[in-house]
Amino acid sequence: MAADTQTPVLRFDRVSVSFDDTPALADVSFQACEGESRVIMGATGSGKTVLLKTALGLQRPDSGTVYVFGRDISRMQERELFEIRSKMGMLFQESALFDSLNIEDNVSYPLLNQLSIHCPPEEVLPRVEEALKFVELDGILEKFPSELSGGMRRRAAIARAVVTQPPLLLYDSPTAGLDPITAHTIVALIVKERDLNKTTTLIVTYRYQDGNLVANFRYNPENGGLEPAAKGGEAAPRTLFMVLREGRLIFEGPQSELEESQDPYISKFVKRRG
Amino acid sequence: MLDYIKEPFVAIQEFYLLTGRALRNVAARPHYSDDVIAQMDLIGVGSLPIVILTGLFAGAVMALQMSRALAQYGQQDQTGTLVSISLVRELGPVLTALMMAGRNSSGIASELGSMKVTEQIDAMRALGTDPIQKLVTPRMLATAFMLPLLTILADFIGMFGGWFVSRFFLDLPSQQYWSTVWRALEWNDITQGLLKPFVFAFIISLVGCYYGLRASGGTQGVGRATTQSMVAASVLILIIDFFLGKIFVGQGGS
Repeated sequence: MAADTQTPVLRFDRVSVSFDDTPALADVSFQACEGESRVIMGATGSGKTVLLKTALGLQRPDSGTVYVFGRDISRMQERELFEIRSKMGMLFQESALFDSLNIEDNVSYPLLNQLSIHCPPEEVLPRVEEALKFVELDGILEKFPSELSGGMRRRAAIARAVVTQPPLLLYDSPTAGLDPITAHTIVALIVKERDLNKTTTLIVTYRYQDGNLVANFRYNPENGGLEPAAKGGEAAPRTLFMVLREGRLIFEGPQSELEESQDPYISKFVKRRG
Repeated sequence: MLDYIKEPFVAIQEFYLLTGRALRNVAARPHYSDDVIAQMDLIGVGSLPIVILTGLFAGAVMALQMSRALAQYGQQDQTGTLVSISLVRELGPVLTALMMAGRNSSGIASELGSMKVTEQIDAMRALGTDPIQKLVTPRMLATAFMLPLLTILADFIGMFGGWFVSRFFLDLPSQQYWSTVWRALEWNDITQGLLKPFVFAFIISLVGCYYGLRASGGTQGVGRATTQSMVAASVLILIIDFFLGKIFVGQGGS
C-alpha cells in the first residue's frame, strides 16, 4: 500500500500501560501515517481513552515506546512534551472546557499558553473567531461553558483543539451522550477539519456510523456539507479501523475487513452495510 | 497488608514531590501573577468575615475564662496579659489557620478535584500548561502572603474582643487593659505569631492541592478529597503547632 511508505506521524511500539496491576493497554503496536484517519472502537474500559492519552504524553507507558512525529515521547520530561503537544489537538470526552473561563478565553488558551505557538496578541481574537466560525458557533465569545448545550460545548472544544491548526488531531468519544442529529454535525465537523487541513485524525468511538462517515464521506467545500467519497472527485483519505478489547489491539484494518470479521466481539460494533 | 503499609509512605512521597515542584516553580517562567492576585482576593479578602468573627470571639472568651482563673490570685487586672500572649502565640495563628483549612483547603481540593475528574487538568497539560505552575504555585503564594496578614488582623480583633469583655463585664479600666496587652508582648511572641501562619499557609494550600489533584471517581471522589484535605490540614496544623511551640519555648522565650 502506498500509504505505508509515508511518514508515520504516530507510532506505538509494544506499548503497555497498567493501573494498579490492571492492564489498560497491553502490548499495543500500530502506526498512523500522515493524512490517515483511524477509527478506534471498543467497549467501555477497553483502553481507548488511555491510548489517546498515551499518544499525547499525558499517560506514561510502563513499557514500550511511543513516537510522535518521529520523536520518542515515552521518557520525555513534561516541559519537553509541551512542544510536541503544540502539534496535537485533543477533544476530551466531556469537552473539558475550563469552567472558570468564557469561550473566548477557552479557545484562545492554546494560542496564549503554548510556548511554541508564537501568536501576536492582535491575531488572537481573529483566530478565535475564525475557529468558532469553523465549528459554526457565532456570538458566544462571552458565554461560559455552563451556559451552553452539550453539542455547543463539544463544538467549542473542537474549536479549541483546532485553533492552532495542529497536524495531528485526537478525538475522544466526540459523539458520546449526544442526540443523533448533533452527533452527525460533530462528525461532519471532524471530517471537514480533516479534509480542509489534511490532518491525521484518530477518533475513539463506539458508534459504528461515526466510523462509517469518516471512512466513506468527504467534505464538499462548495455546498459546505458531506458527500459520499465514491461520487467521483477526490477519494476520502485512507481510513483504518482498530478494535480494542481489554487493552489488546485485536483488529486493525480497513472497513471491508472489519465487516467480514467473524469475531463475535468485533461483530457487536459493526452494522453491516447493505 | 503490604499495601496498607505502603500507602501512607507513597502519599508522603507524592506530597513532598508536589511541594518540591510547587516551590521550584516560584522562580520558573511563566509567572501567573494574575492568578496569584485572584487567589489573594479569593483566599485572603474572602476569608475576612470568618477571621474577624473567630478572632473577636476567641479574644472575648479568653478574657472571660482567664479572668475567672486570675481572680483566684487577685490578679484580674492582668487579664490583658493573658489575652495578649495566648492570642499572639497560639489562638490567633491556630484558630485562623483552622478556619482557613476549613474554608480554603477544602475549597482548593474541591475546585482542583472537579477539574481533575472532568479532565480539565489533562486539558491544561495538553494545551501547554504545567498544572502545578498554573494552579498550585499561585495558591501557595497567595496563602503564604495572606495568612500572616489575616492572623495579625485576628490578633488585633481578638484583643479588641478581650477589651470589650474586660471593660463591660469585668469592669477593668480600658487603659489598664491595653497597657498590659502591649507590655506582655516580646519579640519571641511576635516572631512565633508570624512564623506559624507562614508555615500553616503551606500546609493549607498544598494539602488542598494534593488531595484535589489526586481526586478520582467522579463527584463522590471530589467529596472525599474535600473532606480528607480539611481533616489532614487541620491535624497537621495542630501537630506542627506543637513542634513550633516547643522550639520557641525551648529557646527561653517567656
